[in-house]
Amino acid sequence: MTEALLFEKTQPDLAGPRLPAAGVDADLGLPQHLLRRRPPELPRLSEPTIMRHYSRLASMNFSISEEFYPLGSCTMKYNPVANEWAARLEGFVSLHPYQDEESMQGALELLWRLERALCAIVGVDRMTLQPAAGAHGEWTALRMIQAYHRERGEDRDEVIVPDSAHGTNPASATLCGYRVVEVRSGTDGRVDVGDLESKLSPRVAALMLTNPNTLGLFERQIVEMAEMVHATGAKLYYDGANLNALMGICRPGDMGFDAVHLNLHKTFTTPHGGGGPGAGPVGVKADLVPYLPRPTVERQDGRFRLDYDRPRSIGRVRSFYGNFGVLVRAFAYILAMGGDGLTQASRDAVLAANYLRRQVAGPLEVPHPGPCMHEFVASATTLAQGGVRATDLAKGLLERGFYAPTVYFPLIVPEAVMVEPTETETRATLDAFAAAVREIVDLAHRDPEQLHRAPTRLPVGRLDEVAAARHPVLRWRPPDDR
Amino acid sequence: MPKRFYTETHEWVALDGEVATIGITDYAQAKLGDVVFLDLPQPGRELAAGEVLGAVESVKAASDIYTPVAGTVVEVNQDLTSAPEKVNQDPYGDGWLVKLRVAGALPELLDEERYGALIREAEA
Repeated sequence: MTEALLFEKTQPDLAGPRLPAAGVDADLGLPQHLLRRRPPELPRLSEPTIMRHYSRLASMNFSISEEFYPLGSCTMKYNPVANEWAARLEGFVSLHPYQDEESMQGALELLWRLERALCAIVGVDRMTLQPAAGAHGEWTALRMIQAYHRERGEDRDEVIVPDSAHGTNPASATLCGYRVVEVRSGTDGRVDVGDLESKLSPRVAALMLTNPNTLGLFERQIVEMAEMVHATGAKLYYDGANLNALMGICRPGDMGFDAVHLNLHKTFTTPHGGGGPGAGPVGVKADLVPYLPRPTVERQDGRFRLDYDRPRSIGRVRSFYGNFGVLVRAFAYILAMGGDGLTQASRDAVLAANYLRRQVAGPLEVPHPGPCMHEFVASATTLAQGGVRATDLAKGLLERGFYAPTVYFPLIVPEAVMVEPTETETRATLDAFAAAVREIVDLAHRDPEQLHRAPTRLPVGRLDEVAAARHPVLRWRPPDDR
Repeated sequence: MPKRFYTETHEWVALDGEVATIGITDYAQAKLGDVVFLDLPQPGRELAAGEVLGAVESVKAASDIYTPVAGTVVEVNQDLTSAPEKVNQDPYGDGWLVKLRVAGALPELLDEERYGALIREAEA
């Protein structure tokens, strides 16, 4: 099943779209060489053809609205429809960011209350809601830490990340101009504290950690690590990717973290990626508060205002006030769940992961001892005899109607298969997934060829990932121009 | 062919006079799978031993490459730009990555036997 592009379906004898008048003066005084000399070659199609094109594309799509999506580290939980209702409230959708403060008190109050709620959940003093995604939040937090050290005349040029870290951690540190130093994981999958000690020095600006870590394991020595990091004058940064395990149970701020980023599109049920945009708020303890991006939202005499008078701020990191529609959805979720509901969500997420872990731990190898937190990492090395790898297992799951878990990450587990079921799936769904894994493992021993060919029943079959990476075709060209 | 030495991070180095040729090991290329891109330094760059020399990207992962010895980059394997698969096909030959003019004393490196033992241990 394939779907031609609109440009390929064009029918020259049709009129094509009828565009509204531009509404601006055509003579903008632009230089002649910048003006278009002939009309753009837009596709010419009937409206039903266009509608069917997009409906077919939508039917080929795979999303959490259709099937189970256990993509490890991504917290692909269900996005409640109630969030959409809130985000479409007339008062929010008709706002313009250039309105004056007095006419957008409701929106400012939402930002103010959301900040308080998120601060309470993670145990920090203040938060910025501006960053547009997780990695943007990481970068924003590191810039604040950098400003903090510079103001003290400290020249720190290293950031420590674990070998199991998300790739965005070293990338964000590098983008801020830091040199990345890797700290090893011990055999139990947790940070090797001895190795950390040997890498700490007055050159280190921060240690970046997720807790629970990428293997879904709680870093039990976190308080001790925080003391070690703080003793050298460095800051401790919390990557919020895995917060879904901890809400209402323990708080990064209490563990000693100084800066915390959250992914509202993971933990707080706002849409991911293409369905986004995302939001990556960053919370900080008191000594980093002066560096928060401006403006902040302040309450004064029962009114809300934007505070631009923050001379030590690192500046704005996003136009206006962040991805406001996403923030509305997250706030709606928090209010709908309440504190008890969020705590139960985390408990259920951990329960679901442990249930599935036990089911999968027979057919696949699960190298690190449990119990796990909200996710676990299995290894497909046991299937290697028949030539079956993690990729083949993933493709086999796609064939069976499940989104594939994260594969080949974290890098410290060979043939890694990283599963995060989240709290929003029923036990029946988890059982069906485990049954599919058992079926595939059985097939790997009996008929590995069938797995190598998978998927055969989806819109596209096995893609040549190597060719795609070595010779990427990034632009469509008309057939006569290839 | 000069004798190869190895690192715990799976690079190899072969010394010819004061020029060191560096690559990744056969074990490393097998673990990475099909190499699709290499990020290599410009000639003239000075590197300390153990410093990140560049990165190798496969379909599965991107990994840093560390220089086993200190020195100045004198040559980069340009063929890899259009044919990164050479790293998979011939990691100790056509798939070499860079040549350095060695500076300072050589650090302690693994010989064939000790590197082989390291891999056997990792696979056990």
